[in-house]
Amino acid sequence: MHELSLIASLFEILEAQKAEKGFTKITAIKLRCGVFSGVVPECLEAAFEVYKKDTFASEAKLILEVVPVKFRCRRCQQIETAYDLPFFCPVCQSKDVEILDGTELTLVSFEAEI
Amino acid sequence: MNRKEITVFEDLLGSNKKIANELRHYLRAKGIFTINLMSSPGSGKTSLIEKLIDHLWPQHPLAVIEGDIETDLDAARIRAKGVPAWQITTGGACHLEAKMIARIIREIPEKTEFLFIENVGNLVCPASYDLGENLRFVLLSIPEGEDKPLKYPKAFLTAQGLIITKIDLLGPISFDLDKVKEEARKINPTLVIFTTSSRTGEGIKEFATYLIQQRQRFQENNA
Repeated sequence: MHELSLIASLFEILEAQKAEKGFTKITAIKLRCGVFSGVVPECLEAAFEVYKKDTFASEAKLILEVVPVKFRCRRCQQIETAYDLPFFCPVCQSKDVEILDGTELTLVSFEAEI
Repeated sequence: MNRKEITVFEDLLGSNKKIANELRHYLRAKGIFTINLMSSPGSGKTSLIEKLIDHLWPQHPLAVIEGDIETDLDAARIRAKGVPAWQITTGGACHLEAKMIARIIREIPEKTEFLFIENVGNLVCPASYDLGENLRFVLLSIPEGEDKPLKYPKAFLTAQGLIITKIDLLGPISFDLDKVKEEARKINPTLVIFTTSSRTGEGIKEFATYLIQQRQRFQENNA
């Protein structure tokens, strides 16, 4: 349950954005969450609900976009996506894959009242 | 009042990664080879470090950072062997973060060759946090059962190695060693696997020798 730490990091980024851009209120936040980010979306949402109280994002809704893992087969260079383990190349069956995407937790954008 | 969508594209772990890279840079400059040990509580991380100390110390100066939710019991065990140790008590947080390591990194003595970071006992959250280490090892003890790689894949996916501990309990406890190795390698085919027992000493020398070789390679690459 490190989702609260991640939400604290989210608010650090938003605070810096607020200082730079000078908005008063945030109404929506879009996060991209890889299926292999180690995050449980429900826990992230619960942590957000707790953390946002009495802040400039108290009325904001959290929009989570869950993205699959994207990997490249090191043997035949095929690029594939998957939602579940084990990751293996459907073309040559190799399990030696390089993960390109799907482990990230990214603040994509937010909507602010300016 | 206008509503405006502002695009950011920033990694929520970005600030941790930035500090971890600074740590890695600092540790490399000092010639300190760092190993992050992750596992469930009770799989034998502290016991493994104690046994490694018997093989490495004092010819290879080392230091230990212990992460726990409460108490400094683990650091006290390491200090009892004369080895410098720092205890980070997270007060409830389930993992160590790079900024916690950064607070004490400059206290590590000159000429230290190895830094062992014992993460908080947890197979989930520590996997997401880079601490600036050179190697990440997951420990899995025989009594925990052979299904852990499949249940906690991220820890095994992000590690370079797996240490199967308490191997002396193989026999009294039913555990399919080949199966666990196979399942761990299904998740991460490049995993280096060791089997150890801190009670009998089995496998400790091999792991210590491996670490010395890895540090040597790291020093050669830095030269």
